[in-house]
Amino acid sequence: MQSIAGSKSSLTWAVHISVVVMVVLWLIPTVGLFVSSFRTADQISTSGWWASLFPAEQNVVARAADPDENRVADGRMFIVSGNLFDGEDKTISVWGTSSRAIDIYVAGDTADLGDGETITVQANGDYEWRGNDEQIAGRGQRVFATVTAPPEFTLANYDKMLFDEVNVDGMAKAFFNTLTVTIPATIIPIVIAAFAAYALAWMDFPGRALLIACVVGLLVVPLQLALIPLLKLHLGIGIGKGYLGIWLAHTGFGLPLAIYLLRNYMVGLPRDIIENAKVDSATDFQIFVKIILPLSFPALASFAIFQFLWTWNDLLVAKVFLIDATGQTTVMTNQITDLLGTRGGNWEILATAAFISIAVPLAVFFAMQRYLVRGILAGSVK
Amino acid sequence: MAGIQLSNVRKQFGTVEVIRGVDIDVEDGEFVVFVGPSGCGKSTLLRLIAGLEDISSGELRIGGRVVNDLQPKERGVAMVFQSYAIFPHMTVRENIAFGLTIRKESKSVVEQKVAEAARMLQMENLLDRRPSQLSGGQRQRVAIGRAVVRDPSVFLFDEPLSNLDAALRMSTRQEIATLHSQLKTTMIYVTHDQVEAMTLADKIVVLRDGEVMQAGAPMDLYHSPANLFVAGFLGAPSMNFIAVSVENADAKEVRVSGPAISGVAVKTGERSYTTGQNATLGIRPQQLRPMSDGTGPLNGTVILTERLGSETIVDVRLNSNDSIVAALPEDTILHPGDAVSFDFDPAHAHLFDETL
Repeated sequence: MQSIAGSKSSLTWAVHISVVVMVVLWLIPTVGLFVSSFRTADQISTSGWWASLFPAEQNVVARAADPDENRVADGRMFIVSGNLFDGEDKTISVWGTSSRAIDIYVAGDTADLGDGETITVQANGDYEWRGNDEQIAGRGQRVFATVTAPPEFTLANYDKMLFDEVNVDGMAKAFFNTLTVTIPATIIPIVIAAFAAYALAWMDFPGRALLIACVVGLLVVPLQLALIPLLKLHLGIGIGKGYLGIWLAHTGFGLPLAIYLLRNYMVGLPRDIIENAKVDSATDFQIFVKIILPLSFPALASFAIFQFLWTWNDLLVAKVFLIDATGQTTVMTNQITDLLGTRGGNWEILATAAFISIAVPLAVFFAMQRYLVRGILAGSVK
Repeated sequence: MAGIQLSNVRKQFGTVEVIRGVDIDVEDGEFVVFVGPSGCGKSTLLRLIAGLEDISSGELRIGGRVVNDLQPKERGVAMVFQSYAIFPHMTVRENIAFGLTIRKESKSVVEQKVAEAARMLQMENLLDRRPSQLSGGQRQRVAIGRAVVRDPSVFLFDEPLSNLDAALRMSTRQEIATLHSQLKTTMIYVTHDQVEAMTLADKIVVLRDGEVMQAGAPMDLYHSPANLFVAGFLGAPSMNFIAVSVENADAKEVRVSGPAISGVAVKTGERSYTTGQNATLGIRPQQLRPMSDGTGPLNGTVILTERLGSETIVDVRLNSNDSIVAALPEDTILHPGDAVSFDFDPAHAHLFDETL
């Protein structure tokens, strides 16, 4: 018992290390996707995302400029000079002029190509190719170099996936479709559940306890069970596949938890406050709007976050109730699974698509996480 | 402004009857205090009047109108809760104005009434604060202010001072008394504290187990309690009870004696006694006078003394093994184990035909 008030437990370091290890493990896939989404297809195929964060050594083949156009006379000799990398920030360590010996010269050396023809290559890629009229002709001299290149990232993937209108794999349309699904599918159940929760918490009517029990019981029902009958119903009454159908489906699937959470929060509000408002001649509706709703904000916000996240990430319900053969109403999760099939090797596209789809939930989570924590704990301790 | 009549009001929760046929008549402008131990039904009675609970049977009239089935808002009452029950998400101003905005009063009326209430309760400087920034006493004043602005015909207070500390309780008690003298509105006040009841009330209603034990002016109840419960409940320290039996009784006087005391003649009062009947003699601690020569009728030894400065409370074990408490004026030095003897004026003793 001494450790409670006095000295720290000697295992504190073990706790800290485990926490760090778990956080790192948890974050690695996301960070990998994030980094990959800023790399080109070539970079992804040659090295892992973890290597891209540091300067990387690679072998490149470069060619001197076309001698017929660029040679400059120097007495009887001709000279072609320039930069192998067009000024890109790369550093040459060793180089060669034959594919069989790519590392026989170090930066700054002059290679003798025979009959007085020479080429000098500096570390930054500057070269000077010198020879007679016959030698400095035809194609440019090849140089095989081992270079160290700094990390290089590009926004081209995002540009292509979001703003390229001719790209059939683009995410822009799917992004707005997902928003069209998510926002009403979050707001509608919250509004309905708030009213229901108030009635179940604070209005007396026969059968109230039974109704609450039913709502709690509905939490147990898996939504997969309802997919086919519900779709048949939608088709039967003429809603068909479309936004209205998916809004209704998400509303129905979200309501039991919403009502349950909100009722439990509202029932914890002090009875005196509500009775006081009643004595002050407020109607039930006024009590609901002016007192219960503002006081329930943390619970409303936390449920809103939940509902938003899982309608945003939903694939199954969208596939059943929304996406039809035209493909006009595809959502991002569906778009990504399609991409996995058609562009499975293009990791730069997949990573970018994945990051586009988690950007909004991340932003929502960080903006409202204090309500999330408060909302979950609300009512558990007075 | 309205009087309130309860006639044979009963309230059941399931099979448990918590209010058992209560008849109370509150006159217009009267300050009535319901007092009793916890669980006696006083708060339930108040909630019945407010309309927060349904009356099981009987009749409740406010201002002559039967209100049994009316909603709280139709009864013209305002209630102040023990827990203040102010809305945490509104400023003090919005809290006070709540009842008026609900009724859609015009802005100028609301502002004027809020300002008036704030001035009356001396909290003009608090109007823009949030309840979380207020002390307990200030919150209670906000709760009272909220009731005041509505111009109710009846104020209901449910133990409004219970959550306050002793000093604040006294000053708020005085504020409520001042409020009543200014507004002259009917007020019903529930408390378990007999000091609040004695100081505030025009009329006290003592309740026990859902029944009215006695109702009347504070001093009437103090001087002539109708039964042992009322006698023991009002007054601090509470009245000493001594078991006696009647030696002889006539229309004027009853002569009683018992293990602790012998041969005391008290006035008969309204009750009649027969010889040999067991009865209880009640003597207030303040009526006991110490006899330095040891010749009083009550003799015993000191168990404990509590010196309060203005008076000294002495616990005494009588030679008959009964315990009594004496409140002696000023600072009297007595030590545990000292032998003491007390005398009292039989004219100020009370005789009850109940036994302990």
